[in-house]
Amino acid sequence: MHRTGELYGHFETLEQQKESAAFGMWIFLVTEVLFFGGLFLTYTINRHAFGTAFGAGSNTLDIKLGGFNTVVLIMSSLTMAMAVWCAQVGKKQLVSIFLIATLGLGTVFLGVKVIEYKQKFDHHLIPGQGFDMRYRSEHPTPADDPKEIAIEKEELEKTFAVDPDTNAHGQLYFSLYFGMTGLHALHMIVGAGLLLWLIKESFAGRFTPQYHTPVEIVGLYWHFVDIVWIYLFPLLYLIDRHR
Amino acid sequence: MSEHIVSPKIYFAIFAALMAGTGITIWAAFQNFGKFNIVIALAIATIKATLVVLYFMHARYSPKRTQLVIVCSVFWLAIMLALTLADYDTRPHEGRLASANTYASSFGGYCSG
Repeated sequence: MHRTGELYGHFETLEQQKESAAFGMWIFLVTEVLFFGGLFLTYTINRHAFGTAFGAGSNTLDIKLGGFNTVVLIMSSLTMAMAVWCAQVGKKQLVSIFLIATLGLGTVFLGVKVIEYKQKFDHHLIPGQGFDMRYRSEHPTPADDPKEIAIEKEELEKTFAVDPDTNAHGQLYFSLYFGMTGLHALHMIVGAGLLLWLIKESFAGRFTPQYHTPVEIVGLYWHFVDIVWIYLFPLLYLIDRHR
Repeated sequence: MSEHIVSPKIYFAIFAALMAGTGITIWAAFQNFGKFNIVIALAIATIKATLVVLYFMHARYSPKRTQLVIVCSVFWLAIMLALTLADYDTRPHEGRLASANTYASSFGGYCSG
């Protein structure tokens, strides 16, 4: 059985039925705000206490990849919003196209994230045994720019001079980095699954101006995930670039 | 039915504003505004998030009931942030959460640098 948007007995009008569905999604998003809010709070307190090490950790992140991902995610929000619009005005084929574009952009985001995580593994920046903030500058590969490595070495020397426990506090930064971006990525994966389902339904022509609640509600979720990244990007990547 | 349909023009305008915001954030991060770097970054992020909520998520055209839920979420978040930060700020811990030794020993000592 699939829903086609007929009026259920416990609603008075179709409009009320639709609004209730969106309202339910918003209630869920409130819990998500507080869920991610707790993580941001933890981050704020630790960053305040260990600012030097957090700055050094943040500066190891690749701003080009992070910036690229921000653009990709905002674009995916635009295509998602367009998919909702197409459903509202009854452009059935375009709904599928925009949903596929959203899924594609979401996948690109996750792919870039994999590249970033891989770099952190290569540079010994995974919290736990073997973690060493100085690993990269002491073991440069031929692909690394010698100038960049020299700057990094100098910065790390200053960091360790201010905070001798940079390796302990750096692990806190990277735990939060992987925890927060990891949970964000998990939300993206869930969103991708929802999009796959929407694409399948849209191929069957199920979304019409009268009934497109699933597109709208998944859209709300997708935009929320975008908002989380809007905060994660400056807080994780950009906090200490200005020296 | 009185569903409000937001036109693609608005979506593209919001998209352009979000892109501009991203550019400004990155630019601002490399300028030295001292203490205000973080304020500027969070202000831009909040403006961007507000645009997404109002237009992409249709909050501006939603029923009052939904808008109330959104305001409540921000309010609860503010309570959590403000009270917890006030607590941390007013407890004596000499600027640190724990002594360096506590961390080093809890990690088994292998990361003490």
